Amino acid sequence: MYDFDFVTPASLAEAAAALEDPEAMALGGGQTLIPTLRARLAMPSKLVSLAGLAEIRGICEDDDGRLCIGGATTHGAIARDAAERFSGLAGLAQRIGDPAVRNRGTLGGSVANNDPAACYPAAILATGATVVTHRREIAAGDFFQGMFTTALDEGEIVTEVRFPVPRRSAYQKFEQPASRFALVGVFVAEMADGAVGVGVTGAAEEGGFRWEAAEAALAARFDPAALEGLSHPAEGLISDIHGDAAYRAHLIGVMTRRAVAAAA
Amino acid sequence: MSDTGIGARVKRKEDKRFITGKGRYTDDVRVDNQAYAAFVRSPHAHARVNGIDTSAAEGMEGVIAVLNGNQLTGDGIGNLICGWAVSSKDGSPMNMGPWSALATDRVRFVGDAVAVVIAESQALARIAAEAVEVDYEELPAVVQADKALADGAPQVHDNAPGNLIYDWEIGDAAATDAALEGAHHITEMKVVNQRLSPNPMEPRSAVAIFDTAEDHYTLYTTSQNPHLARLVLSAFYNVAPEHKLRVIAPDVGGGFGAKIYIYPEEITCLWASMKTGRSVKWTGDRAESFMTDMHGRDHITTARMGFDADGKITGFKVDTIANFGAYMSLFSSAVPTYLYATLLSGQYDIANIHCNVRAVYTNTVPVDAYRGAGRPEACFLIERMMETAAREMGTDPGELRRKNFIDTFPHETPVIMTYDAGDFSGNLDKAKAAADVAGFAQRRAEAESRGKLRGLGYSCYIEACGIAPSAAVGSLGAGVGLWESAEVRVNPVGTIEVLTGSHSHGQGHETTFAQIVAERFSQPIENVSIVHGDTDKVQFGMGTYGSRSGAVGMSAIVKAMDKVEAKVKKIAAHTLEASEDDIVIEGGVVKVAGTDREMGWHEVGLAAYTGHNLPDGMEPGLKEGAFYDPVNFTFPAGCYIAEVEIDPDTGDCKVVQFTAADDFGTIINPMIVEGQVHGGVAQGIGQAMLERVVYDDDGQLITGSYMDYQMPRAEDVPFLTIEHNTTVCPNNPLGIKGCGEAGAIGAPPAVINAITDAIGDNDIQMPATAQKIWRALKGRQTAMAAE
Repeated sequence: MYDFDFVTPASLAEAAAALEDPEAMALGGGQTLIPTLRARLAMPSKLVSLAGLAEIRGICEDDDGRLCIGGATTHGAIARDAAERFSGLAGLAQRIGDPAVRNRGTLGGSVANNDPAACYPAAILATGATVVTHRREIAAGDFFQGMFTTALDEGEIVTEVRFPVPRRSAYQKFEQPASRFALVGVFVAEMADGAVGVGVTGAAEEGGFRWEAAEAALAARFDPAALEGLSHPAEGLISDIHGDAAYRAHLIGVMTRRAVAAAA
Repeated sequence: MSDTGIGARVKRKEDKRFITGKGRYTDDVRVDNQAYAAFVRSPHAHARVNGIDTSAAEGMEGVIAVLNGNQLTGDGIGNLICGWAVSSKDGSPMNMGPWSALATDRVRFVGDAVAVVIAESQALARIAAEAVEVDYEELPAVVQADKALADGAPQVHDNAPGNLIYDWEIGDAAATDAALEGAHHITEMKVVNQRLSPNPMEPRSAVAIFDTAEDHYTLYTTSQNPHLARLVLSAFYNVAPEHKLRVIAPDVGGGFGAKIYIYPEEITCLWASMKTGRSVKWTGDRAESFMTDMHGRDHITTARMGFDADGKITGFKVDTIANFGAYMSLFSSAVPTYLYATLLSGQYDIANIHCNVRAVYTNTVPVDAYRGAGRPEACFLIERMMETAAREMGTDPGELRRKNFIDTFPHETPVIMTYDAGDFSGNLDKAKAAADVAGFAQRRAEAESRGKLRGLGYSCYIEACGIAPSAAVGSLGAGVGLWESAEVRVNPVGTIEVLTGSHSHGQGHETTFAQIVAERFSQPIENVSIVHGDTDKVQFGMGTYGSRSGAVGMSAIVKAMDKVEAKVKKIAAHTLEASEDDIVIEGGVVKVAGTDREMGWHEVGLAAYTGHNLPDGMEPGLKEGAFYDPVNFTFPAGCYIAEVEIDPDTGDCKVVQFTAADDFGTIINPMIVEGQVHGGVAQGIGQAMLERVVYDDDGQLITGSYMDYQMPRAEDVPFLTIEHNTTVCPNNPLGIKGCGEAGAIGAPPAVINAITDAIGDNDIQMPATAQKIWRALKGRQTAMAAE
């Protein structure tokens, strides 16, 4: 780890101001950034901690019935506090990492980092959620722009994610055995209007994506049997020591069927 | 049995300090004048070093020195060596390539050190190390053992043409060929035993202290054998003569073999301490552990086993290529020869065995002994062959084994081992009963109803432990004797200190060793302390590896206790005016048998040290030492049965039941022995399903962190059923065989045999990942559809 200054702003405005410095980096729960610093793979001169900002932490509902989750809310808090209103998302959060990771890691940190194997992008894409920053609102489809790349500008802070709550949903993850990130994760959501979202993570070189063919099939009939004969192509999927593209393509099908079966 | 004696489940004396965070590890050592080392390491698997520019680093604040390999060799520091000479079958010596602690002209694996920075803090040392500019000229690299032998492969060492270190054989090739020629059935397999990283929880660390006034060195280090470290540092690396070098291995957080060796970092810290006049500390991080700790296994083997019409094995022919990595590590040469090929008879009566081993260099981390060392590779091969043969011949795999078991002892194998005792059929019976093999068909059917494939696999392992008779290993090329030493000191107040040359780095010696002493002298176990790990305290020792500390280390303690007991009896006989033969030690006192005439144990100690009233001619004091040289290896053996369940949709596999029936000889502390089985089986399951070191074709380490290297976790290991079927080892005083490696040796074939049973496809190499299993199932479906 290299030397850096550590800033603990008292408000979102202070945090935003501190992040004007181009050498500064925002620190959420630190579950990716701290190991990256320890491995000497990043050299920020300043870390701006968002963990203490009460104004971007917690879960509420907006007038449209969307579940609004603050960027500094931990996975553990989401697993606990979203369980009643949005069990699919709570279940997703409950299976991120281990208790230590869940009690430190945050929704905003994960979303801003956009690890191609992170879990949240599957849910955000499947439900058509909105990512809110201290400057603007960004639709799910516009937010994720490829591996570790998002629509966020320098210094832009994820303050909230607004999830339309599905009628029923579930997340199924096949874990990369060493890291326990998603080798393939699939979030299936049947929305209030009957539309179906299928968000896939872990599988593609470009990060999370929607499997539209499955969405169409499931919108016609929300049943695992509706997916019969449907398989995801291997093109564009990741091949690494933990699984090649053909295996990942196969797992997308399996995880999607299981998510549909599990959706509640 | 007393509540602390042999056979008692005594809680570990050392655990109070470990579980309260009071352990004292090398990195906890803080000394005056301490500086820190950081190594400049090669990012290339193979490159020429055309120059090293240290000027920028040297100019940085807080940097004390930047040192390189030319300075090191210029000061007469010797190359690292392999201490076991193994010759090729044509009589030519092994081709040992030069290995300098800091590379001078060439680097041969990613992580090979080329320079070291000594600075006022660890952070400064690391930053300065990044500022050292090395002019590398990249060379082509070779990673896989078989490719290293191919024509035109990149040459790792100039003195090893074709990358061949040795081409060695054991057994009778012609007789084995003839036996296979006439066989009724032949089973033929190619087996890859993949490369593993040992992963002790504590990374390697060293603190080197040079005393300028006395020209004396002290080295704190993470070692399984501090005396061997001192010997090698002194005799081969010319760091300092032995009497000017003290090596202390304090609490050490796991070794698994990786801490047997004396690494470039320790040598460099000692030399740098002299060079700078500062104490020098280095603690590796996890990335350095993956990059520089000696790896294990990495064999490619083809084998043929012949059977007669009755299912009796007639011959076994084995050809193995062993990947040694970039340099020959300390015991590397012995692993695929005397620790592997000599175990190829397994538990079976096989008249004809021949094994050929080619050891090769590649541009990877050196490979040496890792938990089991050669024996897991032998066991995996044999037990996969037996299971496969049974399937091919349509016989029960347990019963095919039983038909071939050795059942009379001693038994001499065609690969130079003489098994002394065992009950292989009894092990199998006990395991089958405990595993409820009879109920397996029902469990399989029940699993099928849940959409799961269930399989059962056996493994009947044998290993050679208690390493080893010095004359025997000397005749096979070992550079050292493999005895052990001990000293038993009874203090004037009767408390007892035992100094042992064994080293405890998780094995619980402070408890187990104390148990045999407490029982022998009828003393409370808290009055016994075990001293180890310091060359200034313990006269000499060969350390802990190869499941030797019970069979060899404790035997040395028993020998020393024999001498103490004899003197105690003489003193008591003199004081109590009785015959020595009538003196007994029991109930905490020394007494004349059958009478009430007695002395307290402490009174004997006091008498010995006051010297006021001792038998004529007796020296005062009560302290005896002994060296114990084993007369044979010991042969722990057992039967393991694994059951797995597989999700056919994904290939996901879980070990759902695991039964171990072990014969470890006499067991001192069953709780500690079970702990050894738990850990060994966990690592065995790790090898079978999870762990592997992966390099890409350019020699870059892909599995350089826990994000990619999968260690077994609690959820990967089921609750184990552990049974014992004890036959006492006839060749050491306590009858101990050893238990430290059995799990890692026996578990992998049991698991793979269970997986291949479940999926009905025998062609799976370790680690059996979900993807491999899924693909095998898919291939099978495709094949069945085509039929």
